[in-house]
Amino acid sequence: MRLNLVPRRWAILCFLFSCSQLWGLAAPAVSSAPTADVQAQRISNLEQQIADAKSSADNSWMLTSSALVLMMTGPGLALFYGGLVRKKNVLSTMLQSFAMMAVISVLWALVGYSLAFGSGNSFIGGFHNLFLRGIGLQPEPDYSATIPQQTYMIYQLMFAIITPALITGAFAERMKFSAMLLFMILWSFLVYDPMAHMVWGKGGLLNASLGGHFPTLDFAGGTVVHVTSGVSALVCALYLGRRLGYPREAMPPHSVVLSFIGACMLWVGWFGFNAGSALAAGGLATSAFVATHFGAAAAVIGWCLAEWCRNGKVSTLGAISGAVAGLVAITPAAGFVGPMPALVIGLVAGAFCYYMVAAVKARFGYDDSLDAFGVHGAGGTLGAILTGVFASSAVNPIFKDAQGNVLPSGMIDGNFHQILNQLMGIAIAWTLAIVGTLIILKIVDMTVGLRVSEEHEVMGLDLSQHGEEGYYWDVSA
Amino acid sequence: MTKIEAIIQTSKLEAVKNALHEIGIEGMTVIEARGHGRQKGHTEVYRGREYTVDLIPKIKLEMVVADALVEKVEGAIVAAAQTGKIGDGKIFRSRIDDAIRIRNEERGENAL
Repeated sequence: MRLNLVPRRWAILCFLFSCSQLWGLAAPAVSSAPTADVQAQRISNLEQQIADAKSSADNSWMLTSSALVLMMTGPGLALFYGGLVRKKNVLSTMLQSFAMMAVISVLWALVGYSLAFGSGNSFIGGFHNLFLRGIGLQPEPDYSATIPQQTYMIYQLMFAIITPALITGAFAERMKFSAMLLFMILWSFLVYDPMAHMVWGKGGLLNASLGGHFPTLDFAGGTVVHVTSGVSALVCALYLGRRLGYPREAMPPHSVVLSFIGACMLWVGWFGFNAGSALAAGGLATSAFVATHFGAAAAVIGWCLAEWCRNGKVSTLGAISGAVAGLVAITPAAGFVGPMPALVIGLVAGAFCYYMVAAVKARFGYDDSLDAFGVHGAGGTLGAILTGVFASSAVNPIFKDAQGNVLPSGMIDGNFHQILNQLMGIAIAWTLAIVGTLIILKIVDMTVGLRVSEEHEVMGLDLSQHGEEGYYWDVSA
Repeated sequence: MTKIEAIIQTSKLEAVKNALHEIGIEGMTVIEARGHGRQKGHTEVYRGREYTVDLIPKIKLEMVVADALVEKVEGAIVAAAQTGKIGDGKIFRSRIDDAIRIRNEERGENAL
């Protein structure tokens, strides 16, 4: 009984308090008629409070999304790639992803953000925002009207981190750590920042929402992230050459278990990547979230069916690879398509990427060790094309005429021209990635050298580059 | 004294261990091993690439027993480890000259 008394007493207190509040609010209205000024002031206060509330809601989602996207790199991608290599290279592979979390972050604060999102020309931003000058807590309306620009900046940083980390899959198990660092620093400036500026930056050549010359639909980075990283990965694999013993020696993944955990984290993190790209917590985020999930699910089925037909078995590695392929392909489309097109995009991407890694790679014999090109380059390109097919103005009215009337988005919507714009975006991403990566590889090759020595490659990069082992063996331990 | 080395299927370790305990064998060394005899390996496929795995995981048991026990021990291992299929393993027998218990330097069969 005693226990019950306390809440009741509280309830009475709360009731009395609420009454006094109501009375307090109502009092001025009863006592004297408000002047127009006072009323206007109150409305404006109310509007401010509503705007603040919306800003808080959007900001909470965007900070959550930023954290989710960081989780995609570490531990997500680090585990995914770490499990796919031989055990003598597990730490070096994971560290390559983790190093991006440190190095690219620092570069982003100093220069990167300014080059990607500062105002500049059609191809690259400028130096106005070096050292994050002027990037405060006020929103930048061109990018996102409701969240602090620092939120936008840190969210975009997470994309700048994972993109180069994806490339590491192509040169796994044979690149020097120092060469990898130099390569990534240069790549971030020469390839990522310009591409991000062209697609998402103010005045960018391909920017669909800010009046770009060739408006390319890329919701969350199909071209900026996946095509650039995937194509650069292929160039790296071709330039560095195969790992010693490839393809004669068996190099199966040392732990599909690690890869499995990593892939599941990627799937979850991708909700931040795609739904977060709505830059607000509204309906568009939901729509992108839903499309992302269905794209991934259908791609698992697509990859596994292809595998089942060819090998007679479904594998765990196939299932998780399919999920990643679907997530890649749905990335540019996420905020433009409904659930049914998302299923189609996923299903096609799953089967297509399986074909790329299982048949095409073997046919041409390049050693894209962890299939960064087969999944991200191929899946990203396919997704960018299919976005032009399935984008719907009913999901996201991105194109409007001068009077503000909504125009069709993709091909099925009636905008046949969009396919050409998508191809333009893809062509620019491919060209920039190929040319930029070749130049950078040449520079790194001539200065620090790209590959570890044969002896070090045989020993494994964990020991030769970092002086440690992933699975330390000591009989007395 | 005789050393008995038995290479068996990994799945038969518990059954063999129990069978040996039942006939009073208290000491043994178990080694996780890989190898193959006539049994062919299997193939594994990762992203469309096929790998042949011909060194198959096996368990190797080693024990040194008094000569009088040898037949009994071998019989117990065979009974417990046999499935009748290729890959059941092998038993090797060899002479042991001496044994020393490190704790108190007992020698010969007393050290077993």
